[in-house]
Amino acid sequence: MNGSSTFRLVLCLFVLVALVALPVFADATGQPALTSLATRILIYGIAAASLNLVLGYGGMVSFGHAAFFGIGGYVVGILYQHYAAGEPLFGFIPGSNQLLVTLPAAILVSGAFAALIGALSLRTSGVQFIMITLAFAQMLFFLFVSLKAYGGDDGLIIRRANEVPGLNMRDKQTIYYVCLTAALVFFVLLWRVVNSRFGNVLVGLRQSERRMAAIGLPVYRYQLAAFVISGMGAGLAGALMANFMRFASPDMLHWTKSGELMVMVILGGVGTLFGPLAGAAVFIILETVLAAWTEYWQLGVGAVLLFVVLYTHGGVQALALRLAGRRA
Amino acid sequence: MTLFLEQMLNGLQLGVMLFLMAAGLTLIFGIMGIINLAHGSIYMVGAYAGTLVIGQTGSFLLGIAGALGAAAVTGVVMEMVVIRRLYRRDHLDQVLATFAIILILNQLVTILFGRQPLFVPMPPLLAGSVELLPGLVYPVYRLSIIVVGLLVAAGLYVLINRTRIGMLVRAGSTNRDMVRALGVDIRMLYTVVFGLGALLAGLAGLMAGPILAVQVGMGEQILITTFVVVVIGGVGSIRGAFFASLIIGVVDTMLRAYLPGLLRQIMVGSEADALGAGISSMGIYLLMALVLLVRPKGLFAADS
Amino acid sequence: MRMKTVLLAAATSAAMAVTGWAQEPVKIGMITTLSGPAGYLGQDIRDGFQLAIDAEGGKLGGAPVTLMVEDDGLKPGNGRQIADRFLNNEGVKLFTGIVFSNVAGATVPDILDGDAIYVSPNAAPSNMAGKGCHENYFVVSWQNDSLHESAGQNATNLGYKSAFVLAPNYQAGKDAISGFKRFFKGEIVGEVYTRLDQTDFAAEMAQIRDAKPEVVFQFHPGGLGITFMRQYQQAGLLDAVPMVVAEPSMDGVILKAVGEAAIGVNVSSHWNSDFDNEANKAFVAAWQKAYDRPLTYYASQGYDAARAIASALKATGGDIEDIGAFRDALRKADFQSVRGKFAFGPNQHPVQDWYALKVVAGEDGKPVLRTGARILEDHSDAYASDCAL
Repeated sequence: MNGSSTFRLVLCLFVLVALVALPVFADATGQPALTSLATRILIYGIAAASLNLVLGYGGMVSFGHAAFFGIGGYVVGILYQHYAAGEPLFGFIPGSNQLLVTLPAAILVSGAFAALIGALSLRTSGVQFIMITLAFAQMLFFLFVSLKAYGGDDGLIIRRANEVPGLNMRDKQTIYYVCLTAALVFFVLLWRVVNSRFGNVLVGLRQSERRMAAIGLPVYRYQLAAFVISGMGAGLAGALMANFMRFASPDMLHWTKSGELMVMVILGGVGTLFGPLAGAAVFIILETVLAAWTEYWQLGVGAVLLFVVLYTHGGVQALALRLAGRRA
Repeated sequence: MTLFLEQMLNGLQLGVMLFLMAAGLTLIFGIMGIINLAHGSIYMVGAYAGTLVIGQTGSFLLGIAGALGAAAVTGVVMEMVVIRRLYRRDHLDQVLATFAIILILNQLVTILFGRQPLFVPMPPLLAGSVELLPGLVYPVYRLSIIVVGLLVAAGLYVLINRTRIGMLVRAGSTNRDMVRALGVDIRMLYTVVFGLGALLAGLAGLMAGPILAVQVGMGEQILITTFVVVVIGGVGSIRGAFFASLIIGVVDTMLRAYLPGLLRQIMVGSEADALGAGISSMGIYLLMALVLLVRPKGLFAADS
Repeated sequence: MRMKTVLLAAATSAAMAVTGWAQEPVKIGMITTLSGPAGYLGQDIRDGFQLAIDAEGGKLGGAPVTLMVEDDGLKPGNGRQIADRFLNNEGVKLFTGIVFSNVAGATVPDILDGDAIYVSPNAAPSNMAGKGCHENYFVVSWQNDSLHESAGQNATNLGYKSAFVLAPNYQAGKDAISGFKRFFKGEIVGEVYTRLDQTDFAAEMAQIRDAKPEVVFQFHPGGLGITFMRQYQQAGLLDAVPMVVAEPSMDGVILKAVGEAAIGVNVSSHWNSDFDNEANKAFVAAWQKAYDRPLTYYASQGYDAARAIASALKATGGDIEDIGAFRDALRKADFQSVRGKFAFGPNQHPVQDWYALKVVAGEDGKPVLRTGARILEDHSDAYASDCAL
């Protein structure tokens, strides 16, 4: 047991060092776009890991998590638009282009929506829960599509990324390091949540709600809390994505985006801490590599996904562990 | 008044199309416990195959046979190669696998048929309109869709309630394990159910051909609405699927037809339209949310 | 880290300048939509562009070119990622290809900020035509609104006094209706916003019948257009109420898929396959020889984009390193467009003529688009005056 956790610690440190050194490596080998690819992977990793909290640990299959991702992005976009135009939102909220203001704002707003949607959806369970979370996400999607003031279906262009005092946010490497820092903080917090009493209760709830209720734990409250935390994480990812892409669009809220997040979670290994990050990496790299190779790339992606589902029980992480286990 | 009646007929026709899709999906979900995202892809395969046959032979009836055949084959192959391995797995793996199937089928269809949408000729017998009431002119083809849909509903009713297979289906959707324990060959039952669902989807695909566009990704467009119907009606219940699809068809049509006009009475023109369009897009989702909050298992839940 | 990049770039440009006369192929990055229901739009733009390159044996304007094509899958994020890779890894300085405005919104600003040139063969949202215009941004197709302004003018010219208008409830749809209203002098008796994923328009057909307009204007591109037209015919409205559309709602593919249901529809367009100029005749002949699918205006725009770039490359001798010189050459638009007259306006969007076309039964009985009178001459767009260029 001890050997395995030392091994994991070493592995984590190794990955961390590799991530920190990535931009240097990318420039040296003449592939500066690698840094942007890694930034996208980190951001989706945060979103997928947030979904994993309710899906993997909590057993609640939310098919509408893209809504929180999109809301986070739009908070950044809307605040920037009002800042650039000089008019306050709703008449009294001033716009902002400071990252240290917009990130917390995005987290709070997506958390608020998660509270609302969770409060209503958690009254159902099973497939009905899946569908009702999907329904709420679609409603928000159509809302943003019809808002002409914020770009509608064309999306909202954010001319300059949010500023952080002392940093040059126009530099791709700086944005990468900002996202890496955010990801680091996020995963440390997530690790604390998952390994706390709260996390244990969540896992217990997934295994048997009735048992937890029999012990005397308020099932609904725990589930709602997990849902809100998960929504906040997705909102953080959305806000970072809006800064990275300098663009927010309704497709960030579409059900196919929720589907992609779920695919990343499942691909990486449901209910594991870093699985979603690995899943995000595999999915995005697969898309990028195959798209550069052939115009029929979706066939390749589909085939690989099918293979992973049918033959690796537990996604990429399980596959890796099994291979590592064989060697040991 | 005639406008209202026409809109009601439109709602009925939309509902019937949804029923063809939802009936198959609810059976698959209720009996087999499988979330099949690729149901829309079978619909697409049916439409493409049927169009190909019509193009080669010029006969709509042969086209229907072609669509049914292709859909059944696709369904059986899908079941044997992929779905069979997923019975014991949880819903997430099924979502991932069927999502992968959507990607693969979409791409295969693109490779085989190209990217441009296809032309499905209207059967000459059914082209044109007929005057049902003075002032109420309605296309014959849409009437025929309503007729076919109602016939299928009647057929399914007889099948489920009056035959042995139907009895097994009803038992299976109420308590799957008990049916297995009683020694029924559950694998054969599953294959039959999946094939039946595929046939219905293929039929829906071809019937939709002359009025919609036959193109890659046409399945995803109605997939979500179909799931909404299944959930509102109650998973596993054909009766639920029937009533839910009619309700949704009518509600969706009526909202789109009358809401913007109603809102114009109280708001400025373009804002009313934007809000009206937004609400009617959200309409079926709002309806589903309301139904689920009142009856969490749907209107006609099959299991206790 | 930055120093190394700068030195590397300086060394590379020095090397390229020296070998400039050795004619290293110019890389052109094409980011377009090749998958999903709208895949045929990107495919036609790509094939039209390639046709121009093939006509010169792998060159444009005498300079050898390499066309790098990738699919954005209608996802803004993918478009941006591909642009990033082309710009930073491959050193591409010339971009084109984007079909949809939302992908353009995410991708184009990065390209322009990276000091590369973008030539749009399709999407031209209003924000980039007015205040957001940029000296590196050129549009070869049309500005989104002017498409529909031409339809509005067409309806007015045809003498209709009342219209029922429909479009999907997204930015391009709303722009379509406002563009139409800008030039239509009659009364709007009904304005309906449909849904982007709508497949059944029966409710809308009933509303049209009830409102009894003199003409219907609708904007439904791609698959939506096919669906709408078929249902319009089945509802018996085709014989009852004339229709006026702009070309996205009646392109060559929609025409083929809809068949007879389209006969009688009035279409306004800046290009048609029967335009009587040398460049167009050569283009149509080349297309029909190479492909046996219907020719759409997307292909003509891809072709024109390639020819515009060719004219600039010819003027600069195949050199793309001096972006300023290339830009100036491109601005002159010194090429024969397949639509006849073509010039760039002050906001680098086209100033061109618009024509009234009609769908009629051709000699073989199949419906074709036949060109009629001119609707608008030397028409620019409504946003040109907001541009600071």
